[in-house]
Amino acid sequence: MNYQAVIGLEVHVQLKTDTKIFCGCSTRFGASPNSQTCPVCLGMPGALPVLNKKVVEFAIRAGLATNCRIAPRSVFARKNYFYPDLPKGYQISQFELPICQNGHLDIEVEGEAKRIGITRIHMEEDAGKLVHSDIPGLGSSSGVDLNRACTPLLEIVSEPDIRSADEAVAYLKKLHQIVVYLGICDGNMEEGSFRCDANVSVMPVGSTTFGTRTETKNVNSFRFVKQAIEYEIERQIELIEEGGKVVQETRLFDPNTGETRSMRGKEEAHDYRYFPDPDLVPLVISNDWVADVALSLPELPEARRTRYRSELGLSDYDAEVLTATREMAEFYEQTLEKAKQVAVGFNNKFQEYKKSNPSANLLDFGQHLFAKSAANWVMGEVTRALNEAGKSIAECPVTPPRLAELLALIEKGTISGKIAKTVFDEMWSSDKTPEAIVEEKGLVQVSDTGAIEKIIDEIMAANMGQVEEFRVGKEKVFGFFVGQVMRASKGKANPAVVNELLMKKLKGE
Amino acid sequence: MKITKAEVDAVALLARLELTPEETETFTGQMDAILAYVEKLNELDTSGIIPTSHAVPVENAFRADAVRPSIGVENALANAPDRVEGFFRVPKVIE
Amino acid sequence: MELFDLTIHELHERLKKKELSSVEATRAMLARIEAVDPQVNAYITVTPEEALAAAEAADRRIAAGDIAPLTGIPIGLKDIFVTKGIRTTCASRILGNFVPPYDGTAVAKLKEAGAVIVGKLNQDEFAMGSSGESSAFGATKNPWNLECIPGGSSSGSAAAIAARTATATLGTDTGGSIRQPASHCGCVGLRPTYGRVSRYGVIAYASSLDQVGPLTRDVTDCALMLGAVAGHDPMDSTSIDTPVPDYTKALTGDVKGLKLGLPKEYYIEGLDPDVKRALDEAIETYRGLGAEFVDISLPHTDYAVATYYLIATAEASSNLARYEGVRFGHRAEGAANLIDMFRKTRAEGFGAEVKRRIMLGTYALSSGYYDAYYLKAQKVRTLIMQDFLKAFEKVDAILTPVAPTPAFRIGEKTSDPLQMYLSDIFTIPVNLAGTCGISVPAGMSGSGLPIGLQLIGRPFGEETILRAAHAFEQATAWHQRKAQL
Repeated sequence: MNYQAVIGLEVHVQLKTDTKIFCGCSTRFGASPNSQTCPVCLGMPGALPVLNKKVVEFAIRAGLATNCRIAPRSVFARKNYFYPDLPKGYQISQFELPICQNGHLDIEVEGEAKRIGITRIHMEEDAGKLVHSDIPGLGSSSGVDLNRACTPLLEIVSEPDIRSADEAVAYLKKLHQIVVYLGICDGNMEEGSFRCDANVSVMPVGSTTFGTRTETKNVNSFRFVKQAIEYEIERQIELIEEGGKVVQETRLFDPNTGETRSMRGKEEAHDYRYFPDPDLVPLVISNDWVADVALSLPELPEARRTRYRSELGLSDYDAEVLTATREMAEFYEQTLEKAKQVAVGFNNKFQEYKKSNPSANLLDFGQHLFAKSAANWVMGEVTRALNEAGKSIAECPVTPPRLAELLALIEKGTISGKIAKTVFDEMWSSDKTPEAIVEEKGLVQVSDTGAIEKIIDEIMAANMGQVEEFRVGKEKVFGFFVGQVMRASKGKANPAVVNELLMKKLKGE
Repeated sequence: MKITKAEVDAVALLARLELTPEETETFTGQMDAILAYVEKLNELDTSGIIPTSHAVPVENAFRADAVRPSIGVENALANAPDRVEGFFRVPKVIE
Repeated sequence: MELFDLTIHELHERLKKKELSSVEATRAMLARIEAVDPQVNAYITVTPEEALAAAEAADRRIAAGDIAPLTGIPIGLKDIFVTKGIRTTCASRILGNFVPPYDGTAVAKLKEAGAVIVGKLNQDEFAMGSSGESSAFGATKNPWNLECIPGGSSSGSAAAIAARTATATLGTDTGGSIRQPASHCGCVGLRPTYGRVSRYGVIAYASSLDQVGPLTRDVTDCALMLGAVAGHDPMDSTSIDTPVPDYTKALTGDVKGLKLGLPKEYYIEGLDPDVKRALDEAIETYRGLGAEFVDISLPHTDYAVATYYLIATAEASSNLARYEGVRFGHRAEGAANLIDMFRKTRAEGFGAEVKRRIMLGTYALSSGYYDAYYLKAQKVRTLIMQDFLKAFEKVDAILTPVAPTPAFRIGEKTSDPLQMYLSDIFTIPVNLAGTCGISVPAGMSGSGLPIGLQLIGRPFGEETILRAAHAFEQATAWHQRKAQL
């Protein structure tokens, strides 16, 4: 029999606020144990929670970016269970009335588009951390660190619309990109800022009744999600084929073996006894508030890609690469914005452009002029240099305005693209302008035909054999002459001029 | 009977209370009486009535996302029954 | 008159005129505690050193001309209030050695006003009880008759006023825990409107019902104490941001034309004859003062106890989950594993009444029962609130008994929790409605026990009930009687 997997994902997104969701303790990662705690997040007698407004704003952002309805009224509830990392004996979460509902994300797997429903997004507090080893004197006990307790989370719950591990990964990558773009999550999966629980079941193909599902907890990389889901699908199919039954249970993914294993027997059946938290008041979100947040949203990757293709004429590939992160896209856009302002120096080309684009103004033309070269530079030299230096684009020593100046120098013909790479390397390690570097190092491109002709004449005279070869039809030697001329000019000869003159002279015109 | 001894034992586990057999016995009787008493609420038709979870209508109490000093590890751990190296120590948790 | 007999305003006058120092007043109070508290057991912890240091600071402040109504006044706190550096037990074994790293808001406000905290007062464990008998530190005795209960759960807070071992005290009221012991001990006790006083630093019993309030010798003191602790607190999301008036300005003595409601559901058969007589006399007194009476109905009164014991226990079952022996308090020895440690710790740490309520509340919230019990109770709570809203369309305040009987004997009701719960019938509706109520001394029983009357106000109507209570107090002299100790 053939089987169809049915997958739903619950993603926990740790929000990038300065303080915890219900108290003023810092959320900084990596502080010494229990140093970022107070009566509230320690669950001390008498302490009370007060909601961090930024968390609500971030939740609204996430809701808007995933096409959810923002609830005009939502309520915090207590989820009651005992665990040593849960200080109050309950987790403050949302239950019946979450902040966002009924959204969706569109994904693409192997060229096919698919819409994945988002059931709900709710706000909640994280638990602390249990440590089982690496503490001197711990012995056969566990240590509790409550620094992470009360850190704000969004739980984003998908509909069971996902049908394969690849779709699950595509959905997760898209969601990850969005929350990072929104500036609400640092996206660090290793530190647990973006973690996923996968609900997986299988049913015979054509069936409309879902099978019994298992929940695999805390899978903290895209690769592991794929592994865990694939393993779980296979395990369930094998189990059914052997006449067994899938048990509804929580399972744990083991990254070392790539397998999931049952957490059965850990505790009796849960009964969370949710009820509205009497310590927190209802959250009422006005249309104005939602509208304000909507205005502050950054352009999301999908919209950006579309715009890059249609307005800037970039290829699908370029649009994809440039929008991979918000920082990259913004770097590119800032470069382009600055570069296009020099379009004023290209009146002839502008007049030419206007013939086919009569309504275009100078800035449109500038955009047209630099869109592709800026893209190439950001994806090429900039990315290469950043990778080599192990830096993020935010730390790039060459700023977008400087890069724009460099692009302008190329476009004006002051330097060749090749020389520009030398100039770029120099800019990387000094804060000089590209113009200053070009001047200082005498890198100005030679476009003076007289000077270039003189070089060509000398080279031809010294290589008469090759001239003859060319003239009898061996055109390959043309490249040899270009190389020689460029070398003799120390790379400064304008390649276009060299090509034109060389061709004339070799042909003996 | 509104509640059985077995149910009382199940509730005690949920509430993380260890009850002696005598306590289970006593609580079963007492809870049974109390639950029988609260049955009287069913005399009232509450369809369409909005439940009250807050005595006074308040909404939207917020704090700004501004860091306040924490109380320090020593204060955090001062009352701990057992501690080790800045952690609260508990019996081994098996995951 | 001994120094420990004086009211806040009497002490204040002497302190202001420098006829008396706070250190003298405090020493007198500490000596009084030492002399009579062994019989009463109103205190769990007495803090003489801290008190004298605070008294010295108050004297310096007064010498510098900076005196507030509470500056230098010896005050006791129910042990439910979290106090920085001072053991806070909530009368439970599970918090036996808990020394909080912070002060709650009400305590901080008292300290700011220069009050002198003399100690932490006995109570029912986690405020669960109506008699003071559920304390892990032994029952508090009623100073009027040491064989009787002082009422609860703020048992020590009321008994200390009656025993004159504190000038004023703070208590909490979740189902009557200020008003009922105030009535049984012959003092004034006010439960403010929910949200009037911050709950930050008050150990939670039932969060949607708990409220902080004063217990005092007279209504003027009550107004002063309320003024000192009331107000919006950004640390308590449920505290209300509405201005705090000078409550003493409301004490005009004039109740002419004031409309007082008499709810028929509170004047029932079976009301103790002494209580009934005290009420009848009070009504006559008010008539004499020019108040008008209106017959009203609070039709859902009979459902209040059931509603309360579902909501309060459900919230309590969750609020008390944090006591499991990880971060503070008692931890059981020799547990085999984690669950075992939790269960043994809680079994050893909590007393019977607390366990009973945790069990009941856990059950009321559990899967399959939530709608039938907890949700149903929340809906009936709405009906009870509506009863009061309707009543307050017709009247300015409601006059009722506080408790169906005067204080009963210690041990009399411990075996039948339901009977104990039912004795809260006249105070519980106020908590469910979230409004305010005050108990003022209004008579004595044949056996020499005090009887209080209750005035219920509309939400944030504290000024009205203080005014009415004050006028009554001025017209009678019940509050001047003293328990012989």
